[in-house]
Amino acid sequence: MIALQNINKIFRVAKRQAGFGRAVKALFSREYEFVHALNDISFTIANGEMVGYIGPNGAGKSTTIKIMCGILTPDSGVCDINGRTPWRDRVAHVREIGVVFGQRSQLWWDVPVIDSFELIRDIYKVEDRLYKTNLDELTALLGIFEILKTPARSLSLGQRMRCEIAASLLHSPQILFLDEPMIGLDAVSKIAVRQFIKKLNRERGTTVILTTHDMQDIEALTERILLIGKGQILLDGGLDELKRHAGQRRTLIIEYNGDAPEIREGMSVNEAKEGRLVITLDPAIMAVSDAIAHIAANTELNDVSVSGASVEEMVAALYREYRI
Amino acid sequence: MQLYINYFAINLKSQMQYKVAFFLLTLGNFLTSFVTLAGVWFMLSRFNEVEGFTFSQIMLCFASMLMAFSLAEGLARGFDTFPRMLGNGEFDRVLVRPRGIVFQVLASKMEFSRLGRLVQSVAVFCYAIPNSGVIWTWDKTLTLCLMVLCGSLIFFGLFVVYAAFSFFTVEGLEFMNILTDGGREFGRYPFSVYGRGVLKFLTYVIPLALFQYYPLLYLLGREQSKLYMAMPVIALIFLIPCYLFFRFGLRRYKSTGS
Amino acid sequence: MKEYRALFRIKFIGGLQYRAAALAGLTTQFAWGFMEILAFVAFYRANPAAFPMEFSQTVSYIWIQQAFLALFATWGVGGDAVESIINGNIAYDLARPMNLYDRWFCEAAATRVARATLRCFPVLILAFVLPEPFRMSLPASAAQFGMFIVSAVLGFLVVCAYCMLDYMSSFYTMTRINLVFAMIGDFMSGQIIPLPFFPRPFQAIAEWLPFASMQNAPLRIYSGNIAGMDAVGCIALQFFWLAILLVLGKALMRRSLRRVVTQGG
Repeated sequence: MIALQNINKIFRVAKRQAGFGRAVKALFSREYEFVHALNDISFTIANGEMVGYIGPNGAGKSTTIKIMCGILTPDSGVCDINGRTPWRDRVAHVREIGVVFGQRSQLWWDVPVIDSFELIRDIYKVEDRLYKTNLDELTALLGIFEILKTPARSLSLGQRMRCEIAASLLHSPQILFLDEPMIGLDAVSKIAVRQFIKKLNRERGTTVILTTHDMQDIEALTERILLIGKGQILLDGGLDELKRHAGQRRTLIIEYNGDAPEIREGMSVNEAKEGRLVITLDPAIMAVSDAIAHIAANTELNDVSVSGASVEEMVAALYREYRI
Repeated sequence: MQLYINYFAINLKSQMQYKVAFFLLTLGNFLTSFVTLAGVWFMLSRFNEVEGFTFSQIMLCFASMLMAFSLAEGLARGFDTFPRMLGNGEFDRVLVRPRGIVFQVLASKMEFSRLGRLVQSVAVFCYAIPNSGVIWTWDKTLTLCLMVLCGSLIFFGLFVVYAAFSFFTVEGLEFMNILTDGGREFGRYPFSVYGRGVLKFLTYVIPLALFQYYPLLYLLGREQSKLYMAMPVIALIFLIPCYLFFRFGLRRYKSTGS
Repeated sequence: MKEYRALFRIKFIGGLQYRAAALAGLTTQFAWGFMEILAFVAFYRANPAAFPMEFSQTVSYIWIQQAFLALFATWGVGGDAVESIINGNIAYDLARPMNLYDRWFCEAAATRVARATLRCFPVLILAFVLPEPFRMSLPASAAQFGMFIVSAVLGFLVVCAYCMLDYMSSFYTMTRINLVFAMIGDFMSGQIIPLPFFPRPFQAIAEWLPFASMQNAPLRIYSGNIAGMDAVGCIALQFFWLAILLVLGKALMRRSLRRVVTQGG
């Protein structure tokens, strides 16, 4: 059980100055600004849940993850994970969690993966029998048996990420934090990793908290979404709810000859070039089919494409909605 | 302990992947202290003695300092390269593992190319031990061991302080070099050479003289008091503030995340 | 020439960003110089007759050395160049319409000048106001000072050209730090102890090597240890070694690059 209550975190950041004169000036005085990275964050996650933690860059995702891992102490607020405060009982706490930082490696770069695994086993004091069961299961499920003897530096990104995930699970943690594990993965690895995470959650009942930029990950994996923006939880609910809030907006990309089409209520122009138009459409005011029909009636169309909103666009829409 | 050996093995295995680099670095490390040695030799062949110490006596001091330093540097490289560990996020990984932080940092990086210095210190000992005129009774032998061991621990403490400073500033760390590299370089002569002020500083503030100058006096029979022999052990008190400072830096890191 | 000026400017401004590093650096260098002088005091006391320079000359030598360490040290600069050789970014560097040798030379020189600019003045000011015997003295004459400036510029260029050879050795060893180059340069150029303190036969050889054209020449000219026609000869030798090192470096660069190109990075 994970429970965060009114967590706040403020960072002080030095301003970098551009230009020669300013660089000299900065030698003697430096200006700082304060960034409210987390603003009164509260949520609870039950055991065995799988949660997607999403939001644009700089929204506070990593800060929250770091607090839950015990790496960072918040300025105020309560964080209770399985009855412990992460930054107070560090050792006991981290024994029960597994962490994958997508952009960094925990494997020793120059030695075979299996050597890293064995050292991790010793670090976590995993019993031999449990280690063996876990290793067999993880290598089979993640399909990494053939590469165990390869040094980490020679692995492809997808292979390495699968090894990273295995490394984080050797000690059978109850909670798994995945901080952008899918970055840069090829389609095959992505699917393999997704299936694995699903299975892990279903069969072992491991609580999974996943941050990602990829809407497809969310759709494939999680039932619950926490959406964070500018340090606040904007939405806590299912994917449907997110779509209800913002996902209805559609983007139409139109290529045409001759005169530009007339813009009606419900449409707004994002980008206009000679012969090309990007329109955001609110289906509540005007249905997609009506909009296309309207445009086609007045303009000579070459091509039309319709797409749903990306996470970024949804968040942008929620920002507008909450006026922050 | 078992875990430390495992870390040792994985570090060794990693570095043996790059044999040319390893060889060149070892050679380079050998050369860095060799040029210092050559400098001392040149100076002493011109002046014969300084502050009443002869060449072979100074070599005894040089070798113990070098060995102490190279042991600390080789085995506790994690603290020496700590700024990088903070920069690339490796330290966050340390924090999410259920072992002592100091232990993990200590064990995570070992630099075997520092053997270059170690080999040299052994070679210099081979010259200095028979030639320094010391009659090696058990107490003198013990004193020499204490000089090296405690010296190594004090240098380790300085590396911990260095690491702790990098929680606050990454750019400003160079000044610590005066204590670590400087300690090694200037420790080539007994610290009394630098005058009373420096000797006092290195006795009461940064206790480098406690495992170098004072026990050396005992070795050479200039002081009979067993206190001089025990000085290196007393110096270990220095490790307490070093550790506390590291803890203080860590608290700050956990609250700023950078 | 314009692009090199721009490059120099960028690196120079970049170097100025690190104020804490500069403060730490000059503290270190000041303390270091002080300790060195204290050691020389002890040796002087042990046997003044064996001292091969005047004591005040040694003091000036050490302070200039510490103040301009960034200009004359044979280690510590050039990370970008070596890094690009090792991680293969050199392929992009080659795509730019600039001579790579000139570019790296310029970058390393700019980084050195930026560091020295930040650090030299406080060290020099302190060195001039310290009590005897630590106080630094002025050069004997304006002519001597003029020769020092010429020799310092040449010495700086010789160091940069020497370090280029060091960087290029990374093409073959694929390692980042080549301490071997640095340490030989360090010792033979008088960084550890000034050349006059070498035993006679060693000194006689060392004086003619390219290393003596690095910090050794300007530092001893400033302090007056080398004066008059000797100084002129010294500067001529510096010119000679600079030319040799530049030619050698450029030739080596061409060879190494051919190697890179044929191996495809």
